[in-house]
Amino acid sequence: PAPERVLFPPTFSVSEIKNKQRRHFMFLRWKQQQRKEKLAAKKKRRKEREALGDKAPPKAIPKTIENQRVYDETTVDPNDEEVAFDEATDEFAPYFNRQTVPKILITTSDRPRGRTVRFCEQLSTVIPNSHVYYRRGLALKRIIPQCIARDFTDLIVINEDRKIPNGLVLSHLPDGPTAHFRMSSVRLRKEIKRKGKEPTEHVPEVILNNFTTRLGHSIGRMFASLFPHDPQFIGRQVATFHNQRDYIFFRFHRYIFKSEKKVGIQELGPRFTLKLRSLQKGTFDSKFGEYEWIHKRREMDTSRRKFHL
Amino acid sequence: RTKTQNFCRNEYNLTGLCNRSSCPLANSQYATIREEKGRCYLYMKTIERAPFPRRLWERVLLNKNYEKALEQIDENLIYWPRFIRHKCKQRFTKITQYLIRIRKLTLKRQRKLVPLRRKIERREKRREEKALIAAQLDNAIEKELLERLKQDTYGDIYNFPIHAFDKALQQQEAESESESEVEKEEEEDEDTDKREFVEAESDESDLSDFE
Repeated sequence: PAPERVLFPPTFSVSEIKNKQRRHFMFLRWKQQQRKEKLAAKKKRRKEREALGDKAPPKAIPKTIENQRVYDETTVDPNDEEVAFDEATDEFAPYFNRQTVPKILITTSDRPRGRTVRFCEQLSTVIPNSHVYYRRGLALKRIIPQCIARDFTDLIVINEDRKIPNGLVLSHLPDGPTAHFRMSSVRLRKEIKRKGKEPTEHVPEVILNNFTTRLGHSIGRMFASLFPHDPQFIGRQVATFHNQRDYIFFRFHRYIFKSEKKVGIQELGPRFTLKLRSLQKGTFDSKFGEYEWIHKRREMDTSRRKFHL
Repeated sequence: RTKTQNFCRNEYNLTGLCNRSSCPLANSQYATIREEKGRCYLYMKTIERAPFPRRLWERVLLNKNYEKALEQIDENLIYWPRFIRHKCKQRFTKITQYLIRIRKLTLKRQRKLVPLRRKIERREKRREEKALIAAQLDNAIEKELLERLKQDTYGDIYNFPIHAFDKALQQQEAESESESEVEKEEEEDEDTDKREFVEAESDESDLSDFE
């Protein structure tokens, strides 16, 4: 059609043409023009930078959410004495002083469906020294004293909804904190695209990434206390808890060092992501517990750049 | 509505179905059992009170004891038609049973239904995906493992020369290279000697052939 020969910049805008086909065509042309201009500008800038050589201004760092994160006053400084003192006296101190060996009980909510059951089994192979027990309508408040009597250190309850696991309650037993997470994106071992074998019985290493604030620190210690303190390096397995923007990603890999600067990892074991919903001071108690932190949507989700973990 | 029967919407109905015999509006002499806040009452309607709608339904509180309450029903509904008596007792039995069940259930743990909010779900899902992409987990894990290797947490299992030793190694290599050059020269000398020796032998053999 004829009127496309008109070149820019006239005073009309592309959206004023009523015919859809023509409008679309003009829009594509306009887009191409923009792209060309952008490319030309980029080239020019690069030439200028090269021309200036050493005197060129430093390259602009792109803004990411991590860069723009609102500064959280509870960020832990590695040399903070108060934090170190707290950690020496809190509930995980006996674990970190190697006095206790973790022993974990994994259970579900009532009537677990197939997926949850398989997930529980896989989880128990990942975490050494863990046992799966089915809950047949037993009240949590009553099994907790029994667990303490039988020397368990941690309790994991996987909550289920519509045949998929969607919640995790992790409580450190001898009167330790209880954390309630929402679990999402659970992949069982057969759904992960890899060809690794199942995890062996060796004690894996633990990697905790990005737990910066006080809250994050305590959660990180909670995770660390699930695994025995002496990893067996022969096993070459590593469990990772990576915190990014308040989502904790769990992965389980086997690694091998190909050379000094290259390492290959192969994912085996289930994977899931957690988001912290609440942290309670004592053991699990829904009515009378003292909450240390609850996620309040109205107050805490106001800014896109503010994270709590 | 089922195929053969209607349900009656009247709250004083005894059976719940809409029949001529169990409609409180159709019968001028009627009785029902209703319960309020866990206590059962027997409601009665007689023809004498038909013009007084306010006093129409007479209410009697029944005993908490099951058997005594049944006796109470009997003595109140004496001389009443069999149908109404029977149905009243049946209804009373059913009501007490479900009250017992309610009390039992409230003692056990009750499931709390927390509604999911769709918008929030969607938002969280999307944020999680973006966080996953931003995390670059594989790279992070590899970096961490290499860090640990550097800081010697693995001890002597892996025999890779680490940076601290690299320079020393390089020096050693430089020395060994110069040594190997010297060695190579020596080897060449030996070769030339050997060659001479061999050639001499072949000359001798040639001469022997001639002879």
